[in-house]
Amino acid sequence: MRDIAVVASMQRQEKSIDNESEVEYMVPLMHGVKESIGITQADVGFTCSGSSDFIAGQAFSFVMTVDGANPVPPISESHVEMDGAWALYEAWVKMQMGEIDIALIYGYSKSSGGSLRDVLATQMDPYYVAPLWPDAFAIEALAARQLIESGKTSMEHLAELASRARDHAASNPNAVRTKAKSVADIMAEAPLMDPLRPSDIPASADGGCALILAAGDRARELCERPAWIRGIDHRTDAHTLGVRDLTTSMSARIAGEQAGVSDDKVDFAELYAPFTTSELVLTEALGLGDDTIINPSGGALSAHTMMASGLIRIAEAAQRITNGDGDRAVATAGSGPNLQQNLVCVLEGE
Amino acid sequence: MGYNQDPNVQPAALSGEVTMPAALAEVEPVQSVRTPAAIEYIATPGASLSAYLRAMKDKKILGDKCPVTGQVFVPPRGVSPVSGQRTTEMVEVADAGYVESFNITRLPIKSRPDLNPPYVSAWVVPDGANVGSISLVAGIEPEDVRIGLRVRAVWKPDDELEESAANILHWEPTGEPDVVLDDLRVIGKPGDAQ
Repeated sequence: MRDIAVVASMQRQEKSIDNESEVEYMVPLMHGVKESIGITQADVGFTCSGSSDFIAGQAFSFVMTVDGANPVPPISESHVEMDGAWALYEAWVKMQMGEIDIALIYGYSKSSGGSLRDVLATQMDPYYVAPLWPDAFAIEALAARQLIESGKTSMEHLAELASRARDHAASNPNAVRTKAKSVADIMAEAPLMDPLRPSDIPASADGGCALILAAGDRARELCERPAWIRGIDHRTDAHTLGVRDLTTSMSARIAGEQAGVSDDKVDFAELYAPFTTSELVLTEALGLGDDTIINPSGGALSAHTMMASGLIRIAEAAQRITNGDGDRAVATAGSGPNLQQNLVCVLEGE
Repeated sequence: MGYNQDPNVQPAALSGEVTMPAALAEVEPVQSVRTPAAIEYIATPGASLSAYLRAMKDKKILGDKCPVTGQVFVPPRGVSPVSGQRTTEMVEVADAGYVESFNITRLPIKSRPDLNPPYVSAWVVPDGANVGSISLVAGIEPEDVRIGLRVRAVWKPDDELEESAANILHWEPTGEPDVVLDDLRVIGKPGDAQ
């Protein structure tokens, strides 16, 4: 395996970005991340992005954002209709083949223009489920109910997770839900999708993230302390909700095993957990213990930009390693209802 | 919850044979279903396109100027597709220009009952712009449309103007001599972007 590291990242998340189009607000990130380490698009061997036409409400919406990648003369480029974390995975695979040393990855969405809870219904089974337009929060509430009834968690425990996310988010300039709230105050919240309360659900945001991967010595040249990808894997659970146990995540567990999460101590984890319940499921599936700080950025509960949220988890974890806040981190990305698909990435400093 | 945790074993729910209940034995099978789907969006076109749409109400066409190459792009997107840079300057281009290419459509389009074939869709480049956009050309027999034909915009009546590119009903010939395309411009030369 080739050594590949995250050497730079840049993100922007806001409750809604009203006066800029996706490409208008992504260009400063796509250019800024390259400028931050002194490279240009000519140094980039592969450019890969993640976004969704269903969220943009526009066909081939990603093409306009490619304009911002400086594609003249033509560049080697690809796009996934997925979270940017899967764009990173595609780039990582391409880099393993040894033909390129630097890749630009970005993911973004501006979901404020539509009802994301309805848009997400379109990812469900098109014959039996999608025609009912199930609300995305209600779908997760099914898992929450099972988790509580099975005794795996309680409303109090979920409130603790929500309260802690707010505390962590206070020091994150990109978080949008940063107001501290005690467990008691969260317990007093009226349920939104019973049993889920407003603090249990993601703080939806518009925005995006751009990130640079570099291989071997090129990474060491560009970054004082690169965040090396020591393991990365992604797995998918069944699409039909009824055939899987929503209180656990087999896909996250297997991806975590393949990525080598438990090979050594994990200092902190950035988990793609839009809901308090998803954090609970992922922490257990990955076998993370009390010695691991969970979501030091505040996580997706504090700022959740669809199609970038997973990539941002990797960026947040990598930045902390580069900063020297820890030596070993886990980042995850997710897709589909109830954590259907999970990507697990293990990052280490040298 | 009692589910098999081995990913190589089929879930119990999928392992058994599917049989129809006896009560449904004589029922006519469903041949197709109709599941209408619609999602509403509030499109936020962004800074550049917003300015373009606003200017349309005053019968003005705005473009974006590339800060690196000076090329003007219409409609503006806020970024130069040649240099990849955010554009900062908007310029007004003329509501007259020339046909860069065209096609003659001889089939009706369901969503545009107002268009009677044959009609001409053309790539019209307004004077002052380096790229054009798709537009209708009318007021001329389709067979007489040609590359280099000079055209001007025909706007909706003033009291019907909106913040919309649909304000331009079509483009019609000006009667001026055709332009010779070789003299005009080259888009996207690799050298321009460096």
